[in-house]
Amino acid sequence: MSEYVLEARGITKRFPGGVVANDHVDFNLRPGEIHALLGENGAGKTTLMNIIYGLYQPDEGQIFVDGRPVVIRSPHDAIRLGIGMVHQHFMLVPVFTVTENIILGAEVVRFGIVLDLPRARQQVLELSRRYGLEVDPDALVEDLPVGVQQRVEILKALYRDARILILDEPTAVLTPQEVEELFAVMRQLRDRGVSIIFITHKLKEVLAIADRITVMRRGKVVGTTTPDQVDEQKLAAMMVGREVVLEVQKTPAKPGPVVLDIRDLRVEENGVPVVKDVSLQVRAGEILGIAGVQGNGQTELAEALTGLRRPQKGTLVLDGKSMPFNNARILIENGLGHIPEDRQKHGLVLPFSIADNLVLCTYYKPPFARGWQRQPQAILENAERLIEQFDIRAAGPMVPVATLSGGNQQKVIVAREFSRPIRFLLANQPTRGLDVGSIEYIHRRIVEMRDQGVAVLLISAELDEIMSLSDRIAVMYEGEIVAVFDADKVDKATLGMYMAGARRQGDDELVAAGVRTQTRA
Amino acid sequence: MRSVLLSLTAIALALFIGALILLASGVSPLVAYGALLKGAFGDAQALQRTLEKATPLVFSGLAVAFAFKASLFNIGAQGQLLLGAIIAAAVGFGVEGLPPYIHAPLALLAGATAGALFAAIPGVLKVYTGAHEVITTIMLNYIAINLTDYLADGPWKDRSPMNIVARTPAILESARLPTWGPIPSGFVISVILAGVIYWLLWKTTFGFEIRTVGQNRHAARYAGISVAKVMIATMVISGLLAGLGGAVETQGVVGRYQPGFNVGLGFEGITIALLAKTHPFGVVPAALLVGAMKAGSSQMQFAADVAKEIIDVIQALMLFFISAEFLLRRMLRMKEEAGEEKLVLSTGWGSGD
Repeated sequence: MSEYVLEARGITKRFPGGVVANDHVDFNLRPGEIHALLGENGAGKTTLMNIIYGLYQPDEGQIFVDGRPVVIRSPHDAIRLGIGMVHQHFMLVPVFTVTENIILGAEVVRFGIVLDLPRARQQVLELSRRYGLEVDPDALVEDLPVGVQQRVEILKALYRDARILILDEPTAVLTPQEVEELFAVMRQLRDRGVSIIFITHKLKEVLAIADRITVMRRGKVVGTTTPDQVDEQKLAAMMVGREVVLEVQKTPAKPGPVVLDIRDLRVEENGVPVVKDVSLQVRAGEILGIAGVQGNGQTELAEALTGLRRPQKGTLVLDGKSMPFNNARILIENGLGHIPEDRQKHGLVLPFSIADNLVLCTYYKPPFARGWQRQPQAILENAERLIEQFDIRAAGPMVPVATLSGGNQQKVIVAREFSRPIRFLLANQPTRGLDVGSIEYIHRRIVEMRDQGVAVLLISAELDEIMSLSDRIAVMYEGEIVAVFDADKVDKATLGMYMAGARRQGDDELVAAGVRTQTRA
Repeated sequence: MRSVLLSLTAIALALFIGALILLASGVSPLVAYGALLKGAFGDAQALQRTLEKATPLVFSGLAVAFAFKASLFNIGAQGQLLLGAIIAAAVGFGVEGLPPYIHAPLALLAGATAGALFAAIPGVLKVYTGAHEVITTIMLNYIAINLTDYLADGPWKDRSPMNIVARTPAILESARLPTWGPIPSGFVISVILAGVIYWLLWKTTFGFEIRTVGQNRHAARYAGISVAKVMIATMVISGLLAGLGGAVETQGVVGRYQPGFNVGLGFEGITIALLAKTHPFGVVPAALLVGAMKAGSSQMQFAADVAKEIIDVIQALMLFFISAEFLLRRMLRMKEEAGEEKLVLSTGWGSGD
């Protein structure tokens, strides 16, 4: 028996255009360990895994499974060798049951043709019991929360007898609680002999779960280490190649007059209230963070505030002026800046150039247009200036934003919104899915906007982000603001209690803080 | 550049398979295609025929391509074209005493307006009720066909003693579009319009709004663009182009409205738009190609003794290969590029998303 269940030696992969995604990469996996593969976006983690899973062929190098050299030409080969992969975006059929999804492509049949669902169901049950992965085999996948869907993906791999499990950024789509559950599952799998490769760029997670850590940067392996030899600071430096400031540097806020004033905002979804009579005031020069587990009305609140949704009730006042709802244009013209939750869906037109995306909100105004005529020269100059100013890494202003990394796509949005004269910034999950370097950069810019007197409303599922950026923190639970704190007078554990709905401040306190207009009857 | 290569490959493949079919039926493809070419471009008369056949296709191709830019699939170009054709005829025979430089443009304008208003219906339905434009435009095509049939056989029927078929009276000479040498003026108008549409789409703020809505309507809303207004306006302009195509056909070629004379012109706009990869400058050569095949087919039938319908087969094959782009890319070893503008043939089924 070899020391390693999986070993990659000297893997090199070049892509057309001269990009070396993997440059003589060595990687190995011991039986029954959780091995974290850490690196920024574009460091080559996913390329390496795609090579191991047979989606790409390496230009150089050799892969060994159980010490024997193997050639993996397709995922089919990989599965035969006991390698399973759970992709970042799930590959499930929403209208099929859990059982049907798990057996899809490896169906249990009678007489060579008739689907034997009862037996398949039994197998799935046994499997989920054996590995402690609780899941209802008869539930429709579309009815399941994301965390459970992920479990189905893992079961899919195990059903195909995977001994080596590759998890590609599995925590990116999960809530903090779901992350904890996933980690519990990973530990159980490890204890039952499954070897796990855990791809991520989140430092805390790596330190919490990994047995060993391999760090990649720009296609090369920087080193392999263990959690007890490093801390976040060291890992970040390995990843980025320089010292990184993980703590946000900021001076105390100097709040000015109220810029955003919303009262009794009520949003209903199919007749069910999801934002329940929320009032909020954000002052110039302060960051108000909204903490809360995802799905507690934050998305709907943000949509109502940015002209994307008409609330059932409420008022919105910006800089003393009453604003209409469901009209993004008027809000933008009155000083709204918006970093949307889903940058690819709302924030960018992916096939458009960087230059066009940078004028997405101002394309009709001088100098970018004169009457009907667009002014390509002005649009181009604007792009060149902002690319320089916001350090957007791209081949030029005319390349489609679809070709940029996530961090650079987000910088395009930030550059567009921050280069306009804005009074109120709504930043919704501004660093989701970004690497350490980009997070540092975007945090710094948001604090700069605050210091210039912009009122910032920050919505984030990352409690660390809320804690380190906000001057005041409001907790949202089931569509209501249940507590408001000064950021320096509260800790994570306390916030967690309010986020989970275990506690709420008294109505009198909430009214005094301006997040309710009246006490409940 | 890549999309030009894809279209050319599709055309070449279609012609190649057409040649195989000709061979199988015992005809030399060289002779047949030679006759086709001669019938399409052999002399001034042939050239004029080709240009006349191509003209309505440029209009309907532009109409469909333009709607595609906002990711709207206007299958209703046929109906809009029919209405444009009959309204232009009505103004052409019904309004008397105008000089040509007023009468002809007036009839064109009337036809264009008819197409535009008719196309506004699916636009409004889509925006306010979520009804998919593919369904509504198909339905409206039937309404247009039956309405024009009724008008041509009823209130606007040619009542001259010799006439027994359903058709309108001939339009007055003052409403006719001139032909300059072999070049019909309608063709010139269509080429100019291709340039105008290009300008509109890529050089104006309105065009930017259309393309933004087409590529990502969520981002359009985020940026404060009124998706509803853009979609309705796009349908109106698309219908205007189709209606104008019908008017030009009436005033330049047919000389009256007669049911059966405009069949398929609007539907072929879909072929043209796809062959052109929805680019207005691609529409003109694509329409010329299909127009030439139509113009030369009689000569081919006569000289090589093959049924005209082989042309329909080749056209269908072109459309097939264009649609099977995946297949072509594999053959050309061409990878899909990140950030290529995508042609979205249908959005908003059911979910309104």
